[in-house]
Amino acid sequence: MDDLLLEFLTETSEHLETVDVEMVRFEQDPNNQAILSNIFRLVHTIKGTCGFLGLPRLEALAHAAETLMGKFRDGMPVTTSAVSLILTTLDRIKDILGELERHGVEPQGADDDLIEALDRMSNAGAYVPEPVAHRAKPTTVGTLVHQVLERELKPGEVSLDELERAFQEAPGPDSEETSGTLVYQVLERALKPGEVSLDELERAFRDAPGPDQIAPAKPAVVAPPAQARPPQKAQGATEASEHGEGGEGVAGKVQTIRVNVDTLEHLMTMVSELVLTRNQLLEIARRNSEDYGYKVPLQRLSQVTAELQDGVMKTRMQPIGNAWQKLPRVVRDLSNELSKQIDLVMQGADTELDRQVLEVIKDPLTHMVRNSADHGIESPAERRAAGKPEKGVIRLNAYHEGGSITIEISDDGKGLNYAAIRKKAVERAIVSEVEIERMSDAQVGKFIFHPGFSTAAAVTSVSGRGVGMDVVKTNIELIGGTVDIRSEPGRGTTFTIKIPLTLAIVAALIVSSKDQRFAIPQVAVSELVRVSPASEHSIERINGTPILRLRERLLPIVPLSKVMRLSEIEDVDTGFVVVTQVAQQRFGILVDGVFHTEEIVVKPMSSKLRHIQLFSGNTILGDGAVVLIVDPNGLARMVGSGAQNNEFQNDVTLDQAIAAVEELTSLLVFRGGGNSLKAVPLSLVTRLEEIDASTIEWASGRPVVQYRGRLMPIVSCDEDLEVRRQGMQSLLVFSDGEISMGLAVAEIVDIVEDRLEVELLAERSDLVGSAVVRGKTTEIVNIAHYLPLVLETWSRTDQRAKQGNSLLLVDGSNFFRDMLVPVLKASGYRVHTAATAQDAARYLSSGAQPDFIVTDLELPGNSGFAFIATLRADTQYRSIPIIGLTLRPDPQLIALARRFKITEVVSKVDRRGLLSALAELSGSLEEAA
Amino acid sequence: MTMNAMNTVAIGTPKNFSREMEFITVTVARQLLGLPIGRVHDVFVVSEMTKVPLAQAEIAGLLNLRGRVVTAVSLRSRLGLEDDGKAGRRMAVGLENQGEAYGLLVDEVGEVLKLDPDEMQPNPVHMDRRWVNLSQGVHQLQGELMIVLDVDAVLAFGAERDPVQ
Repeated sequence: MDDLLLEFLTETSEHLETVDVEMVRFEQDPNNQAILSNIFRLVHTIKGTCGFLGLPRLEALAHAAETLMGKFRDGMPVTTSAVSLILTTLDRIKDILGELERHGVEPQGADDDLIEALDRMSNAGAYVPEPVAHRAKPTTVGTLVHQVLERELKPGEVSLDELERAFQEAPGPDSEETSGTLVYQVLERALKPGEVSLDELERAFRDAPGPDQIAPAKPAVVAPPAQARPPQKAQGATEASEHGEGGEGVAGKVQTIRVNVDTLEHLMTMVSELVLTRNQLLEIARRNSEDYGYKVPLQRLSQVTAELQDGVMKTRMQPIGNAWQKLPRVVRDLSNELSKQIDLVMQGADTELDRQVLEVIKDPLTHMVRNSADHGIESPAERRAAGKPEKGVIRLNAYHEGGSITIEISDDGKGLNYAAIRKKAVERAIVSEVEIERMSDAQVGKFIFHPGFSTAAAVTSVSGRGVGMDVVKTNIELIGGTVDIRSEPGRGTTFTIKIPLTLAIVAALIVSSKDQRFAIPQVAVSELVRVSPASEHSIERINGTPILRLRERLLPIVPLSKVMRLSEIEDVDTGFVVVTQVAQQRFGILVDGVFHTEEIVVKPMSSKLRHIQLFSGNTILGDGAVVLIVDPNGLARMVGSGAQNNEFQNDVTLDQAIAAVEELTSLLVFRGGGNSLKAVPLSLVTRLEEIDASTIEWASGRPVVQYRGRLMPIVSCDEDLEVRRQGMQSLLVFSDGEISMGLAVAEIVDIVEDRLEVELLAERSDLVGSAVVRGKTTEIVNIAHYLPLVLETWSRTDQRAKQGNSLLLVDGSNFFRDMLVPVLKASGYRVHTAATAQDAARYLSSGAQPDFIVTDLELPGNSGFAFIATLRADTQYRSIPIIGLTLRPDPQLIALARRFKITEVVSKVDRRGLLSALAELSGSLEEAA
Repeated sequence: MTMNAMNTVAIGTPKNFSREMEFITVTVARQLLGLPIGRVHDVFVVSEMTKVPLAQAEIAGLLNLRGRVVTAVSLRSRLGLEDDGKAGRRMAVGLENQGEAYGLLVDEVGEVLKLDPDEMQPNPVHMDRRWVNLSQGVHQLQGELMIVLDVDAVLAFGAERDPVQ
């Protein structure tokens, strides 16, 4: 009996899921007979099985629901309240099933409330006069009988004949019904006067004492324990017949069997082991050159094993649609509850991913859809006022991208209220008021992932309790995924989730450090560089911190042996640098050796070791050795946390780190004259050099050095510091195209990542201002100041490029404005600046006609795009070249930029990129002229 | 005593003829200790072990036991003893705790003993605290004492470890 019950439970809950979905579909498309008959059949199956297993509560509920659905089938109009009632009934059935699963018996309780409501609804439906058209339906008595026969009587069911007999014996229809009702019903069903519908008959039958004895007696006689099958067979039969007449709806079902998950997991383990053994055999075969005739079979074995592994992996894959199944119902209920009209569009439901991953993202997805419905989509009135269609759309989209799956949840609602989030963030003391003003909208949007953060004015039953989004993020990050948010006020919000295809198998690079092997997930690795002293790529140090120059960029280096505390020796200079990219962070992992890439089966870390951030799991390699999998995210965090704090960060500081990470600027700190601390954004520096001062030549009192086959002028970073004439001289090299300049400094101190809050100093042109870096007051050097000092050539070549084009620079950040203006001016542009879109608009309305506009895309108060949109709407500025600046150019942003005909999107810190973009534009202007 | 013999004994379900309890004896630093047989899955020779950098000192490394990754815990370290650093044959007792597999590294594995729980005596009052925490009591055997290890206590050590010595 237990097995039977178990099978019933799994099967029924599956049926209920389908009914849920179908019910919502049916509500939208009440004329679709195929959907209805599908629902009807499923509920009927549930009812039948319940009766067979002796579960009276479930049976009664299912019966009442079926009766009402029968009315739908007979043409009763489908109302929202009726559908809601049926859905509520299904929920009750699910509850009872849950109890049944836990305790093995049907729980005590009464469902009279629901049954009565269902009955009332069924009966009420009968009063509704039916349009005559319905009479055209060929529902004759003949069909009725045929239907029953066709379904193959299930155990517990009785034939129509018996029913009729029962009816004769029964006292009559429910007393609360008037005979009038009956007559109407009979007429509408084209039955003979005095006859009642099948449903009525069944109910009457249930009430009557006599036949009840017949029904249970029947299975007892004909149903031995093996009766577990008949319900399925019967279902199969009906399915087939429904299929024939239904036409639409149930698409050809793939033949499936149910397999216990444990069995699959076990199979997976065994296959892994088989792979290991195979690898060992291959290894032996490699060592013995002689063929004793086993090499061919071994090849075959190897091939079969690979195919087997592939096959077993496939059994773990499931379409993502399985995780979406509940969503139509959720959205439907919500739209009723919130009186909104919402369409749920699902694309890519057949995208497959690992069962394990699916389980993890199920709840977060549901939560995000609820959020979109509750917070995102506006009420119909609001939408009308905003000029949008009354019906809002929530769109789910899933697709493969590289080794990961992207899921987008977007709505066309009101978007994030950035002002409210800013206010809330300050209220909650997550950031200071000063900080929040500096943050872009995109950064502000991230706060909704902060624990306990909700801007909903009122807490609804749906959401707004401030729990959830942080859990969503945690859950997704737990499986190595990321979640991103993009929102445009008034146009909607899109969440983008990226998750790995599978947790089970990843491609990994096997590396070694101090005789120990580690695996680094391939997705994070962008390239490998062999390093050794005196070669093209050699590790250099700034205050002991290793860095690598790679294609004109400085790459921070993390020696694996050091972070793993495998060796005491700090300065290893030979080996391989695994260039790793994690989100926006790029760094190199220095290892001793690199072996090969291997598909590894990821096993979770023991709970005792999970606190070590550096590892995401472990695996067994082909040779049987256990190897730890390095977590690039964990490493990146260690790199970011820097030297001041070697402790593992806890979650709170981590969140702050994430919030602040875009505010951080990498600074190169050095000493100038009189021991003053100075700094310059690292992104501006091309190279660091230490040269023998004796190689410095003095041409008409000015120091120059031969550098890479050219003369490079040197300038001291401040008046108190003289360029050395002997010993070693440290230089910061700034290059632009073929021209370079060396800035002589007393000593290079460190590279730090810090939040840059510059206090401006007006009186000195060599400094942008001063800032507190790592707790010490540091002067931020204005590189542009030095350019004209040393480089007549610099300005001369530049002058060739431009004809004194004028340019409007719109940027909310003082710092960037002050960094860019001198550079632009030095390149010969006439620059006008504006801090806000309003300022810019004012400037333009004063009749100014700049040749180009360079604008930050994330302007304070108003999105840069909005500014550009107004410009583009104006005939005068329809075709003015615009260069967009952003901290992080991503594909979405670029796509958006293209829509607004933005000529070029350049990273804010990429000064050279901006100049070359401008130079190109100048060129095209000239051509046009 | 061969490995096979050990395995058969260990895997077989303990039969309680009387109230006697069965223990597998192990030695660490010449001290005899007993593990309740019901908790022991198997006994195996440690071949290759992967060290886990940054892990707490109790964790000796990770082992591959027939395709399963097993966390090796040093009983010496749990008892506050110096690791003798001998590279020779190392034995481990396979345990399971909360669905995870552990291998308890010991110096030697002895035999199976049937003992009457009533004869177990409480820990001597002046025993090392570390030992008291891991011990359920002491059995007096002929010529030596056997400490009954509390398997859950042995495996109950957190991520944060006490300051080193």
